[in-house]
This record gives sequence, C-alpha cells and structure tokens, in this order.
Amino acid sequence: MRALLPHPVLVVILALVWGLLINDLSWGAILFGLLLGVVIAWLTSPYWPGRSKIRNPLPIPEYFAIVLWDIFVSNVQVAYLVLFRRGASLKSQFVTVPLSLESPEAIATLAGTITMTPGTLSADLSADGRSLLVHCLDITDPAATVATIKSRYERRLMRIFA
Amino acid sequence: MAAFIEMASAAFIVIGGAFLFVGSVGLAKLPDTMRRLHGPTKATTLGIGSLLIASMLYFLVRHQAVGIHEILITLFLFLTAPVSAQMIAKAHIFRSQELQRTLPLDAGGSGWATLAGQANSPKASAPSAHPVCASNPPRSQSD
Repeated sequence: MRALLPHPVLVVILALVWGLLINDLSWGAILFGLLLGVVIAWLTSPYWPGRSKIRNPLPIPEYFAIVLWDIFVSNVQVAYLVLFRRGASLKSQFVTVPLSLESPEAIATLAGTITMTPGTLSADLSADGRSLLVHCLDITDPAATVATIKSRYERRLMRIFA
Repeated sequence: MAAFIEMASAAFIVIGGAFLFVGSVGLAKLPDTMRRLHGPTKATTLGIGSLLIASMLYFLVRHQAVGIHEILITLFLFLTAPVSAQMIAKAHIFRSQELQRTLPLDAGGSGWATLAGQANSPKASAPSAHPVCASNPPRSQSD
C-alpha cells in the first residue's frame, strides 16, 4: 500500500488541480485526475524523501480563512501607506523571528504567509533553519510584530503540522 | 438580476484595477528595494483577486458556467508571489554590502542562509566558489 500510494494527499491535490485546470468537475475528469495523481505521485516519490505529515487537518480551514482576511487587510494597509505617506518617512526595518516549527513544509508555509500578510515580508532563513529574517514596511514595536507572527500563524501551524 | 451582477462585475474590475495601480505606484515611489517589494507582493494580490471575481461573475451570467480556472489562478498566485519576493530579497541581501552590516542577528547564531558561504569561509576559499575570480588575484595585488 505504501509502495503503491506513497503520498495520498498529493494524489487528491493533483486530481483537484486537474479538475480545475480542464474546468470540468465531472466523474470522468475526477477519475482521470485520480489516475494522473497516482501515477505522478508514484513516479516522483523518490524526490519526496521526508514525507510531510499533516498531524491534524482540522485547523486548516480556520488558518486559510484567517490568512485570506489578513491578505485583504494587508492590501488596504499597504495601499494606504503607498498613497498617503512619503516613502522616506516609513519606519522600515528587519526583525528576526525565532522559529519553533521544524518541518520544512511548515516553515515554507509560514514564510509565504508572512509575505502575504500586513506589512511584513520574509526575506531569508538562517543557515540552521531556526529563524526567519522578516522585513517590516512600517513598524514602531518590533517585539509586538514578532509576537503577533508567533501567536497568530506559527501557533496554528504547529497544530497542523507534526 | 443579470444587470445587477454585471454592475457588480464592473465594480470588481474597477477595484482590481485601482489596487493593481497602487501596487505599481508603490514599486515606483518607495525609496529602496526592500520597501519596493511590499507594493507588488501585497497590493497586487487583491487587485488580481478582484479581477478574477469579476471574471467568475461574468461567466456565471453570460455562459451559465462556473469559472473554476480563476480559483486555480489565485492559488498559483499565492504560491508564487512569496517565492519570487523572497528570491529578490535574497539577491538584494547578497549584493548589498551596506545592507549586510545592518541585518539583525539570527536566533541560533549560524548566520543567514544567503550569506552563509561568505560569513563562514575565510577569503582563501573564495576563488573556488567563484571560478572567474581565480584568474584575477595577481592582478588585484599589482593594483
């Protein structure tokens, strides 16, 4: 079973993406998508040495909703800063976010989330993978920003990823 | 009903265009590379999102078909925007010596991944990392 289906989640994702790509969610399309998913997951399994484990999928919709809302807020906020503030008056600086997450997938998700959410942009990862370098567009309190990132996103990701 | 949805669709196109415009203004107006990155990564996402919602509404009314391509475009955009932003930021950090001096320290003390090769290795190993430079050292000494 493990040899035939090395990555069951990937199969479902590939089937769904196939359905969306051909803009058709009929049974035929889903069946062909599943077939593609199984074959692609099987062919690429040597390239997935450490399979990511999702420990608990329940908080994923909640996380998704929070990030979507934050993307909306961040768009309005950055638009305001761009239009109504002089560029040089923005207090931009780098901050270091120490990570509690360990799996690469979780860190990648957190880095992507940081970039899409208000006023912050992940710029680099430390060589040991234990901290993220984050650039803030306009902040007054770096400690509060780091605390927000850790409590709002990282804590939820820790519940999702093993 | 159809007229109402067409109006909503038009409104979404205008909102999307406005946000895309603001993203481009940010790219042109902000003073340095790191700040400029914030414009296109953020303001643009909502812009594209609005245009895609408008497109879904339009196809729903005109062709009675739910456009699900748009969901996929949004997904790919959310996946690619942070990656390209991070690559630009890393390239900028790698190139700018001035910026490297102002970076905060990381928590573990191992240095940032972009600069790890430079920070850890002394100058002796530099020629092997940059083959082009290997032929140059005598000349730089004579200078």
